[in-house]
Amino acid sequence: MAILQLEEITMEFGGLRALDVVDIEVKEQQIFGIIGPNGAGKTTLFNIITGIYLPTGGKVIFKDRLLNKMHAWDVARQGIGRTFQNIRLFNKLSVLDNVRVGSHGVSRSGFFGSILGLPGSRREEKTIMEKAEQLLDLVGLGDKKLEYAENLAYGEQRRLEIARAMALNPSLLLLDEPAAGMNSTEKMGLMDLIWRIRNEMQLTIILVEHDMNLVMNICEQIAVLDYGRKIADGPPEVVKNDERVIQSYLGAEA
Amino acid sequence: MDALISQYIDPYYLRILMLIGINIILALGLNLITGVTGQLSMGHAGFMSIGAYTSAIFSMQMGSPFFLSLLAGAMVAAFFGFLIGIPTLRLEGDYLAMVTIGFAEIIRVFFLNFEPGGKAVGLSGIPQNTTFVLVWTLVIIVIILNAKLLNSRIGRAFYAIRENEIAAEASGINSTRLKVLAFTAGSFLAGLGGGLYAHYMYFIRPQDFAFMKSIELLNMVVLGGMGSIPGTVLGSVILTLLPEMLRVVAEYRLMFYGALLVILMIFRPNGLLGDVRVYDLKKKLQGKKVGLWQSSN
Amino acid sequence: MIWQQLLNGLTLGSTYALIALGYTMVYGIIQLINFAHGEIYMIGAFVGLFLVVNTGLNIGVALLGAMAFCMVLGMLVELIAYRPLRGRASRLSGIISAIGVSIFLSTLMVLIAQTNTRRYPDIINIQTFQVGDLQVSSLQIIILVVATLLMVGLQLLVQKTRVGKAMRACSQDLDAAYLMGINVNRIISFTFAIGSALAAAGGVMVGIYYNAVWPYMGTMAGLKAFAAAILGGIGSIPGAMIGGITLGVLEILGVAYLSSSYKDAIAFGILILVLIIRPQGIMGQKITKKV
Ligand SMILES: Nc1ncnc2c1ncn2[C@@H]1O[C@H](COP(=O)(O)OP(=O)(O)OP(=O)(O)O)[C@@H](O)[C@H]1O
Ligand SMILES: [Mg+2]
Repeated sequence: MAILQLEEITMEFGGLRALDVVDIEVKEQQIFGIIGPNGAGKTTLFNIITGIYLPTGGKVIFKDRLLNKMHAWDVARQGIGRTFQNIRLFNKLSVLDNVRVGSHGVSRSGFFGSILGLPGSRREEKTIMEKAEQLLDLVGLGDKKLEYAENLAYGEQRRLEIARAMALNPSLLLLDEPAAGMNSTEKMGLMDLIWRIRNEMQLTIILVEHDMNLVMNICEQIAVLDYGRKIADGPPEVVKNDERVIQSYLGAEA
Repeated sequence: MDALISQYIDPYYLRILMLIGINIILALGLNLITGVTGQLSMGHAGFMSIGAYTSAIFSMQMGSPFFLSLLAGAMVAAFFGFLIGIPTLRLEGDYLAMVTIGFAEIIRVFFLNFEPGGKAVGLSGIPQNTTFVLVWTLVIIVIILNAKLLNSRIGRAFYAIRENEIAAEASGINSTRLKVLAFTAGSFLAGLGGGLYAHYMYFIRPQDFAFMKSIELLNMVVLGGMGSIPGTVLGSVILTLLPEMLRVVAEYRLMFYGALLVILMIFRPNGLLGDVRVYDLKKKLQGKKVGLWQSSN
Repeated sequence: MIWQQLLNGLTLGSTYALIALGYTMVYGIIQLINFAHGEIYMIGAFVGLFLVVNTGLNIGVALLGAMAFCMVLGMLVELIAYRPLRGRASRLSGIISAIGVSIFLSTLMVLIAQTNTRRYPDIINIQTFQVGDLQVSSLQIIILVVATLLMVGLQLLVQKTRVGKAMRACSQDLDAAYLMGINVNRIISFTFAIGSALAAAGGVMVGIYYNAVWPYMGTMAGLKAFAAAILGGIGSIPGAMIGGITLGVLEILGVAYLSSSYKDAIAFGILILVLIIRPQGIMGQKITKKV
């Protein structure tokens, strides 16, 4: 069953065509990789899925709903969580608060409930807190709860972004270069984390990543972008041996 | 109670204490908008004037009871905050600053031409209902409610918008809606402070709420530390006292005030308490203890 | 009648434009609303007055003198109050620092010159020409010519010279400009110098035109010029010119045909309306922010 369908997505910035009629289909509980050289349009695709950019053409369908014109916050509430390539944490908030903010889209308490401390909103606060602590333990930041997010190391910040996205109880998680800046031990830990998230929480994950080792190891399906065009789509073994992919991308690395 | 207080406290100090209290309420309102949510408002005095005039007119011309006048002033200010907020809070940072300046100027010019408000001469003979006990009771209530708000789902969302609006939206936060909420709540407090001010000063004029007044309030928020309640309270106390203390330098007073702002920003760019947290202080202290222990070993 | 109002509006608007240019150039490079800019304009008016009255200089020379003085003043303000904050403080701290400078300078001027309004002596023999129904004063012509020359000069400077190129590079991306070997601090300093000189020219001309110079003249003029810069699209030099002139013309028309008691509200009302309809200003470009 497809959870996400991108149909003929096109995106133009001024004269630049960053995405050129791209079709992608992601199945439920898949770990789906998107690879391609710098500037291929990978991040742009994430921004379109999450409602940050309005595509010039095409459709984004998530669980049979058209997302195209939805606001970013509304898309998030549909159950799509994401991380950012250039880390976007709430720097002057504590690690714990970063994750608690992540639950905003799946909680209810309003203004008056909050200032009056009504029972409903106190109960909700408690669940939000428990959830946040669980998630911080999951990504291994349990002992840094009260640090400012900006004081974390790079790899920790990336994991905090994952925890924050998970607080939304997403059914689809988008990770934009989660391994960037990590050393190989950290990368191993990350791979393990991604596996666990998917298996224990029955999530679908789309991963943009430059580390081929990680991508080939972990992804079940991979799409390759090049200059805004999709040039290949298939399981790792197929993509790895595709002529055009080797030429335009893998070849360059080898 | 009030009689007792006015018996034991010198009228001059009493006056300063009253103004400190009123300024704390006003500044906490602006703190919600600018300090916490990060939306630069430079027209807070405009909303204050709406509260001041509305409540004064309610009391003087409609003979309404004091608390009702206060509430009316705050509500009307909040309503205008809401009205202005909807179309303008989509604007980015400094454009919003300009719109708020502009709105406050328009309000000031409106009151300059407003017959029931006495035009440029202003209103005098407003009943002096604002008492010491009332002001400080309200200060305490406002601080408690503010603290509760900032510690809640909504408060955290406000901070998140300030820190990174795109990431906030990706967490399901409808930032436009919450900005309007912060602006409305902040304007409510501006109106409340304005009503208290009018019923304390006995006399109000449009120029009492000019650009400089908005700037004074903004200074309190930034000086104390953006988004911090203790910071805002401290900023209000200092900046209400400062002009009084600078009386010794007489006509150089405002010059010193200006220079001090520059110097403070250079040495404490995040405000006095902007990035001070009990947690960090504790950690520092513990770190020192550990250090001592190690060196004695 | 309408032509007369348009001419008067154009004259007023060109002085707004001169001040607005300083806001926009500084904003374009370091994203700071320089609230002290209105005070620089006011001090320019005073220096011109001082030179004319106390040294008997020709008004043209006095104008240049005021510009030179404010150039140095603008650079000093940047050096003392803004540079120490750069890169380590939020934008708001910069704004508060600018407000501090603005309060400092206007009270300094009150101490020196008292609060009463001063006038330029009748140095220029103002003649009025009748062109059809239109009354054109020689002063208006001078203001329009000087303002035009300054703006054309600025445009040439920014578009054609090496410094101008460096300024444009800085406003595109300060960090990249730094990496390319541009002395960023010098360019910022230079930008303040140019902006301040233009404001001083505006100050002297307004002082003569309205026959009034006083220490608080910078506040409202500064706010309106800032409004003009935003109206045009902040960061855009042609935008500041168009914004200034639009605001001046509409303000005069508003006073003539609507109500003079709402004079100061008209400029801001227009600004708010324009921003609601077109959030990026008249000349500003709508860009999709990179995420
Ligand atoms: N908001 C924008 N405005 C203009 N151009 C943009 C914008 N966003 C992206 N682009 C352009 O679109 C193209 C694709 O960019 P994108 O960030 O999607 O690439 P990417 O595949 O994520 O690359 P990388 O591996 O470097 O992250 C680039 O040429 C980029 O400059
Ligand atoms: Mg990318």
